[in-house]
Amino acid sequence: MTTHVNIRLAVDRVNNSILCQGLVDNKQPRLFTPGEVVTSQHGFMKGHGCYVEEDEIKASVAGVMEQVNRLISIKPLKSRYNGEIGDVVVGRIVDVQQKRWKVDTNSKLDSALLLSSVNLPGGELRRRSAEDEQMMRKYLQEGDLISAEVQNIYDDGQLALYTRSLKYGKLSQGILVKVFPSLIKRRKTHFHNLPCGASIILGNNGFIWISPTVNSEIEGDGGFTQNLTDVIPRCDREVIARLRNCIHILAQCKMMLYDTSILYAYEESLKYDVKDLLNQECIFDVAFLTQHKLRIQEI
Amino acid sequence: MSGNNLLSDQGLRLDGRRPHELRRIRCKLGVFEQPDGSAYLEQGNTKVLAAVFGPHQASQKKMNVDEVTVNCQYSMATFSTGERKNRPRGDRKSTEITMNLQKTLSAAIKTELYPRSQIDVYIEVLQADGANFAVSLNAATLALVDAGICLKEYVCACTASLSKNNTPLTDVSHLEEVSGGPTLTVAALPTSDKIAFIDTSQRFHLSQLQVVVETAQEGCRQIQKIMDEAVKKHLTEIGAAGDWSNIAK
Repeated sequence: MTTHVNIRLAVDRVNNSILCQGLVDNKQPRLFTPGEVVTSQHGFMKGHGCYVEEDEIKASVAGVMEQVNRLISIKPLKSRYNGEIGDVVVGRIVDVQQKRWKVDTNSKLDSALLLSSVNLPGGELRRRSAEDEQMMRKYLQEGDLISAEVQNIYDDGQLALYTRSLKYGKLSQGILVKVFPSLIKRRKTHFHNLPCGASIILGNNGFIWISPTVNSEIEGDGGFTQNLTDVIPRCDREVIARLRNCIHILAQCKMMLYDTSILYAYEESLKYDVKDLLNQECIFDVAFLTQHKLRIQEI
Repeated sequence: MSGNNLLSDQGLRLDGRRPHELRRIRCKLGVFEQPDGSAYLEQGNTKVLAAVFGPHQASQKKMNVDEVTVNCQYSMATFSTGERKNRPRGDRKSTEITMNLQKTLSAAIKTELYPRSQIDVYIEVLQADGANFAVSLNAATLALVDAGICLKEYVCACTASLSKNNTPLTDVSHLEEVSGGPTLTVAALPTSDKIAFIDTSQRFHLSQLQVVVETAQEGCRQIQKIMDEAVKKHLTEIGAAGDWSNIAK
């Protein structure tokens, strides 16, 4: 068996920095770095990413300033996921405890999914008994992926999730892609049925779930069914793989991820084979064309 | 005390630098995809990779309910020194450096912001040519900044030595270290003029110590400036690719 291996030197790598040019000069905000004085005036309050020392507000992360009236905060361009109530997240169960599941959502602490905040099979108004607690591992066990919404944020920053809607629940067949949370653009909806024949969940926490489109009416008993027996046809899997590579391209070039950008990247990528999308030249080409398309649309 | 003279009659050092000159520093942030933050830093021929994971949920054993646990691992590649040497679990020297890094980084991180969490810092020396601790710390700082972890300010380290005619030398190379000059390592928080860590390899005369410490601190300030530029350049690159739309509300 022969395999085609592509080896290249580090000096031959494709320079992606051209992507950063263009609109730089007119839009670049002021950047702050740790220890830099943001303001020494009185009457300002410090928010996230700042601290007060000797009556001066200083930055503690590298990023840009956000000001809401008198509140100053510095937002890093890249960090762990900071949850907000109402966010859609995709997470992985890491632990089953008494009355709750622990979920890895790429935040600073593992998130909690309480037994009382899931839809159990058999109707919404069902009482949760001791038997349900013993059955918890049957519903969700370690390693399972779920989609959920942030219900609450505890004092220490831990997130409480809930899945009491038919939109959310256990995920079955598909691909998980992890990107930096700040690359996900906040939209009205994070669930998309793309016209190319796949569904996508853009979790605000940077976890993206790509799955074949299914008829949503069949699901309906609380989202604990996992259909692992159906064989997804090859053409669907190719679409999913291509989407995965497109998202990877956008993430690598630090471009924002939302339905339009992903679709544009998908359209631009059609001239390549799925596997070729991992080549540096193709990555650059697709990213460049997508960026161009997005900028034209903006103007 | 020193065997060879570290400074020639023309006032140049063994590698041709002037006494207060740093070695060339080149750095790059975000070199890996998988960790939350990563950085590569080379200072002369000393080359170091740093990767930061976290803050993430600490294991039950390491958990501290008040502040974050900083977990460091310093290792040297087999090929990093002149003589190949396999150190599967590190030697005594790297254990010491690991502990020092952990303490120094904890001094810079705003630990109270991340209760019950843990930050893992992995450092790999690819080529060792003197001032390994200092370069590792600088790389770790850049990786922490890349990971978006709250720091009081940059924490930078620099070494300094003293020639026979009592001229302080900044940023000691391996050759100067083994030539018998005393080496002083200072890790400083340059903006607030604080020292987080100090270490000497040999004795200094008390009258000289102050001068050498100040030389090292000046080196830290220069290094901070270089690191700051690199961070700003990196931020511009990330932000501009998405037309800064990620910060627009």
